[in-house]
Amino acid sequence: MALVPLVAMVRKDLQLFFSDRRAVIMSFLVPIAIASFFGSIFSGPSRNAEPARIAVAIVDQDDSAISRGIVAGAQTDRNLRLTRPGEAEARDAVRRGRTVVAVVIPKGFGEAAGNAFFSNGEKPPLGILYDPSHAMELAMVRGVMTEHVMQAVSREMFGGDQGRAMIERTLPDVQRSTMPADQKRLLLEMLGSVQKFYSRTPAAGGAPAARGITMPYTVREEAMTAGSNVAYNGYAHSFAGMGIQFLLFAMANLGVEMLLERQRGLWKRLRSAPVSRVTLLGAKFASGTLISLMTLWVSFAFAMIVFRVRIEGSVVGFVGISLGVAAMAASFGLLVAAVGNTPASARGVTSFAILIMVMLGGAWVPAFVFPAWLQQVTLIVPVRWAVDGFDAMTWRGIGLAGAVMPIAVLVGFAAAFMAIAAARFRWEEA
Amino acid sequence: MLNVNNLRKSFGTLVAVSDVSFSLDGGQILGLLGPNGAGKTTTVSMIAGLLTPDRGEVLIAGHRLAGDTDPAKRRIGLVPQDLALYDELSARDNLRFFGALYTLTGRALDEAIARALTLVGLADRARDAVKTFSGGMKRRLNLAAGLLHDPDILLLDEPTVGVDPQSRNAIFENLETLKAQGKALLYTTHYMEEVERLADRIVIVDHGAVVADDTLAGLQSRVATVGGGAETLESVFLTLTGRSLRD
Repeated sequence: MALVPLVAMVRKDLQLFFSDRRAVIMSFLVPIAIASFFGSIFSGPSRNAEPARIAVAIVDQDDSAISRGIVAGAQTDRNLRLTRPGEAEARDAVRRGRTVVAVVIPKGFGEAAGNAFFSNGEKPPLGILYDPSHAMELAMVRGVMTEHVMQAVSREMFGGDQGRAMIERTLPDVQRSTMPADQKRLLLEMLGSVQKFYSRTPAAGGAPAARGITMPYTVREEAMTAGSNVAYNGYAHSFAGMGIQFLLFAMANLGVEMLLERQRGLWKRLRSAPVSRVTLLGAKFASGTLISLMTLWVSFAFAMIVFRVRIEGSVVGFVGISLGVAAMAASFGLLVAAVGNTPASARGVTSFAILIMVMLGGAWVPAFVFPAWLQQVTLIVPVRWAVDGFDAMTWRGIGLAGAVMPIAVLVGFAAAFMAIAAARFRWEEA
Repeated sequence: MLNVNNLRKSFGTLVAVSDVSFSLDGGQILGLLGPNGAGKTTTVSMIAGLLTPDRGEVLIAGHRLAGDTDPAKRRIGLVPQDLALYDELSARDNLRFFGALYTLTGRALDEAIARALTLVGLADRARDAVKTFSGGMKRRLNLAAGLLHDPDILLLDEPTVGVDPQSRNAIFENLETLKAQGKALLYTTHYMEEVERLADRIVIVDHGAVVADDTLAGLQSRVATVGGGAETLESVFLTLTGRSLRD
């Protein structure tokens, strides 16, 4: 491979790249802007003292001790931002998307829930109105409300007026019942014990003696990042994803530029010179790899300076993955030039292909939100390996061993793209 | 200097060139004429190494052109019909790049660039971006890029398309200078008056084959003998290739 033509071609491509203001903006500024935006959204709760609260409306039509207990519990919940509208207003708020979930406690809920707590009485319905576009929040609100309902009902039944009244109502019923004597005796002893418990604790209005049923455990959460003192930094993921997306666009543009060079007769000049095909493709590959590396590293440098993204894993691994990604993207550009018929058609097809790749590769949203089968399928997408590799080297803090597989796969994709490009490239210039 | 022997090239079922042979010596301009689709550009492309002939051979000073990196390609300079230049780069950077393709570097490259720009009258615009050039200036720079590495043979594929008379005249003077330096120039065009002015010999191709290879006077006399009364090259051309449209 002749070095002088190769170096000249690389230098020329870099000159052309930096002379195109649009290309520079698209490659450097736009990914930084979008990655900053996505990073601010997906940074995770550990970066914020105050978690994002879910907008929930509670409509208390019952106004019983239990329903008031539910509302009081929900009001202190750090996961919820509570409002207290009427039912019509709550329905309208959910329909318009201003509130994610509205909980309607119907008339008689407390009485029925208390009865159902100790007996096989009919369980009262708790109305939940929800925004179908927020299914994840619905599941979370359902769990949170279960806790508050159980706590309020059990507290009332073990220490409130409703509980006392129910015991007093139930004891004669048990006495009159026709159940087997041994069962009747055991049940009467239990209710009697509860009644004695009530007699030693103040009734409503006094200090609350019972806390009701609470969660029988606490949670000790530990984010598995690079270390116990290292918080998850969502900017690391977003800058990786957006960096890869835009360098793919930049490299696809490099391929389109090659088609334009052909249209403008420039490849006639190149091919008439005593320069080998390996040099011609090798120079394009080299310039594409250099531009890709610059794009990636400028983005990451910005993220490191402004958003404190750190390479918590292996620096060598990070460099290796960068090189693998850059080589894969550059060879993708050559593939575009080889299989594209015209610049216009190539632009359309490659834009679609890139968007699919980055979407499936987890560049926009993490791959774990995909169905299990799709998570497996996305392993055939090079962007997935690139994003996972950068995640491993940055916030996950995995060592060099974690970079080996992504690098190998990315280099494999680069080799495959190059092989197809070389085989399909139109070398003859009529 | 250049021998083209029995070239044939087809694209699928389309035979673009069926049998083309001619020769060209140093210090000579050969006009290659033909209607649209006659096979001129395909012939030039095979000589430049852009297309591999199905049959036949191209000899450069007796050496058969073989392979992409054949050193004999250094003896050929191509001036394509398209303005094969990078608009965003300066004239100097364009020439620096094209010169490097022929491994020109350092002082040799600087001198070659200065020489080429002076020849085509663009030395004072060397640092300007090509996109600021007029059509005529681009044509002249296109010519400069083809002769930067001092080739013995210059292939000019319609080098004056779309230029004003002043630029065209300047290009003619450049070509006559190169001819005087002993270069062999193969010149394809549709403009008969250009060939009448420049060419020492004229090859007319039609349907992929050579239908005439002679001097202007020889062609005129030959056609006058057969059909009578042919005075201009255009008349000769139409007599030999017919008057049917070749769209």
